[in-house]
Order: sequence, then structure tokens, then C-alpha cells
Amino acid sequence: MLSKTALSAAFIAFAALQWTAVPASAEDRFIVIQSTTSTANSGLLDAILPKFKDKTGIDVRVVAVGTGQAIKNATNGDGDVLLVHAKPAEEKFVADGWGVKRYDVMYNDFVIVGPENDPAGIRGMENATDALKKIAKAKAPFASRGDDSGTHKKELSLWKSADIDVTSASGSWYRETGSGMGATLNTAAGMNAYALTDRATWISFKNKGGLAILTEGDDRLFNQYGVILMNPEKHAAVKADEGGAFIDWLTGPEGQQAIANYKLDGQQLFFPNANKATN
Amino acid sequence: MQDFRNAFSLAFELIASLDANLLSIVGLSLRVTFAALLISCLIGLPIGAALAVSRFPGRGAIVVVFNTMMGLPPVVIGLLVYMMLSNAGPLGVLRLLYTPGAMVIAQTILVTPIIVALSRQVIEDLDREYAEQFRSLVVPFPAAMAALLWDARFALATVALAGFGRAIAEVGAVMIVGGNINHVTRAMTTAIALETSKGDLALALALGIILLLIAMTVNAAVQGIKASARRNAYA
Repeated sequence: MLSKTALSAAFIAFAALQWTAVPASAEDRFIVIQSTTSTANSGLLDAILPKFKDKTGIDVRVVAVGTGQAIKNATNGDGDVLLVHAKPAEEKFVADGWGVKRYDVMYNDFVIVGPENDPAGIRGMENATDALKKIAKAKAPFASRGDDSGTHKKELSLWKSADIDVTSASGSWYRETGSGMGATLNTAAGMNAYALTDRATWISFKNKGGLAILTEGDDRLFNQYGVILMNPEKHAAVKADEGGAFIDWLTGPEGQQAIANYKLDGQQLFFPNANKATN
Repeated sequence: MQDFRNAFSLAFELIASLDANLLSIVGLSLRVTFAALLISCLIGLPIGAALAVSRFPGRGAIVVVFNTMMGLPPVVIGLLVYMMLSNAGPLGVLRLLYTPGAMVIAQTILVTPIIVALSRQVIEDLDREYAEQFRSLVVPFPAAMAALLWDARFALATVALAGFGRAIAEVGAVMIVGGNINHVTRAMTTAIALETSKGDLALALALGIILLLIAMTVNAAVQGIKASARRNAYA
């Protein structure tokens, strides 16, 4: 009797799993892309992915995490395509054999935001490292991602070129939130701190509080996005055909046009620059 | 703060308009939570009942372990389940990562200890009243367990509600193993986290209000069932 009970319990458990799995199996052709919060939270992917689906019937499922985590997940073979913004890390990903090839997709730029009253006096500066030097000198609160994301990597490289050791200031004026761009901006708005953010997230961000863009326009604030097909030789589960089709579309004329057409409040958030489009 | 006022009107608008996106998110939350709760009860109640009525060396230690596991950190469980279900992990072949199934597994791990620990306590208390009768009538162990589970059903419904509360409100684990994929694995809690990260605090709070209303509805329904069952029992 007991084994019968156990058997029916197992059956119910299995049925429960099946029940929840329905929406997952309803779509047969899909790929998973590991991407960053900036592309998803800004609404870009929601705007352009339906166009790709209309054309190919392939559903694109987006996992939006920091670039560091996205690359880690991709290394584990969890997904088919990587769309992130940390070129050195992306090139390493390909060089290590995890990805097939890296393509430029689009760019925008980073900006330094901070409180309107600007205690460090960086408003209007174009030189990003000079601006960071002034923030450090004023010991004005700075909210860092601190999460190994693309934006965090960029921020650290800027501190390095400014020759400032932020680790010693950690916990005082330099505050690592260890979370995503949005959460970090929420924190910065809450404590009137400076922060480095990509422009797309900033424009689409709704809780700006008393923060404003203070420093922009430095060439070093350039923010390039790249796309990589994960290597099917490393992980057999990678859907190379569908993933490849997506990359071709994204870097081709239609995808590039879709990126250029996406605007929020009249502002273009991403600028397509795939080489394929111009070839 | 204006966000507070906006949140309530936004919550009302979302409910009134039966927003399709909202419905799919609520539907997923409820499906995942109830599936996890069902599995947890199927596993947890027998273990809880068995622990309550049996005496063996090491039993105290097991009770402590289950009581402790009520406080399992969701993020850690999410991470462990991710590592198991990842393509690089031992169960990668199941292709469950980033599906609702993965969310059910993570939540089951979080909820089962709650069911075990609380049902064990409830049934142990009841067993103190029944133990002598069972002994005198020489009731076999499975039958005694079944009788205890049945007679404790009202208290156990509250135990299940505790598990429901844990599962429906949980975000750390389902975010990692589900991936918060739109229309696939986006649940109420992960949607709230997403809107917060977009800085849309009013919408995030509105979703939170709706989540609370859903939880309240479920609790009220269970309360109603209990009340009418009691009335019938005494009628």
C-alpha cells in the first residue's frame, strides 16, 4: 500500500512539473541569449526581438544580468548567444574557445551622473579621469556597481587611468553596491552620490531623484556592445543554427536599422555599428 | 512621496484593465507556487508525521536540521539549483534551466523543510493526546500516521499557508534559476525586482500590492474552507 502511495505521489509531482512546464514547451524554436541589464531594461530588446521572431519564427529568451555573470553563465553553456559590453572580456571568451566569433553590434556611451548641486564641481567637464580625480579629492560619495559588470570594469579602468586607488576608500566615500545598474542608480539617488552609468539605462531610468548628467563626451566613455555565438563544440546543446541566424540578423541591415529606430523620449539609445552592415 | 499614491492608482488600473502581461505573470507565479507547494506537501507531510510519532536515536538532530532549514537562504538554494541544472552541471541534460520547472524545483527545496518542521510540531502535539489510544488499540504505524494527518488537517492547512507564503514571496532563487525571461519565467517577485531596477518604483510597488492581494485571497479562501468544513463537522 505504501509503495502505491509513493507511486501516486511521484505521479502527482511529475504532473505538477509538467503543468508548469507547458509555456516552456509551447515554443519549440527558441534561443536563450545572455545579455546585460542595459539592453533589456532600456526596452531595446523588447522593441527589436519581435521583428526577428516575425521573420524567422525563432523566439528569443533574454536573461539579463551583469556582463560578468552573463559571461560566466555562457561559459557554463547556459544559453546560445552572448550580447554584452566588455570588449576585452568578450575577446578573452572567444580566445578561450567558449565563443565562435565576436561581432560589433552597436555602441553608445557612458556618462557620469551626480547630484544637481555637484559638490565635487565636475559639471560640464569632458575629461572623465579629471572628473573622477575631483570626486576623489572632494571625497564626494560615489556609488560603484562593484559587481564585475561591463560598466564596473569600465569604471575601474577609469579610476586606474586617474591613478586613484579606490579600494582604500571602499566603505567611506566609495561605495560598492554589488548590484545591477538600476539598483546602483537607486542607491545613488538615495544618497546623492555620483555614479557611472551607460546612457541607455540612464535615459530609461525613472527614479532619477536629484541626479543629472554632469560629465559626458570623453572618448574613453565609449561603450561598445558585441555579440558572440557560443561554441557548440564546447557545449553540444548550443543551438548554433538559430543562434547564428540571430547574429546574422542583428548585425545585418534589418537588425541594425531596428536598433537605430529605437528611441525613448525622442532620443536614440543605441547606435548600430556592425561591420557587416557596411560591407 | 508621489510614488505611493501613484502605486495604488496604478495597481487599481492594472487590475481593472486585466492587463494581459500582468495576468501571465500572476498565472506563472501561482502555477509555480502551487506546484512547489503540492510537491512539498507530498514529501514533507509524511516525513513530518513520521518524525512526530517515531522515536529513534538521532531524531532530535534531524528535527534541529529541519528546523534550521526553514531559514535556507533562497539565493544559495538558487545558486545550488543553477549549478545542478546548468549545462555544465550534472543535471544539465534535463534542459530545465530557465524554465518554470527549475523554479518549481528551487521553491520545493525552500518550502519542504517548512512543511516538515511545522507539521512535525503540529502532529507531535496531537500525538500526545492520541498515543495512549493508539497503543491500547494496537493501531499499526501507517494507520496511526494517517489518522494524525487527517485529524490535524486544519492546523496543517495553516502549515501549508506558511509554505505558500514563503514560495509566493520568494525572489532570490527563482531569479537565478528562472532568469526572469519575459513571458516564460517572469513571476510577480522577479517583475517587481525588474521594475525597481528600472527605477519605476510606482509600478514595482503596484505589483507588490497586487501580490499581497493575491496572497490575501488565497489565505481567505483557505480560511473559508476551514470554517465551512468545521461547520459541517459539527452539524
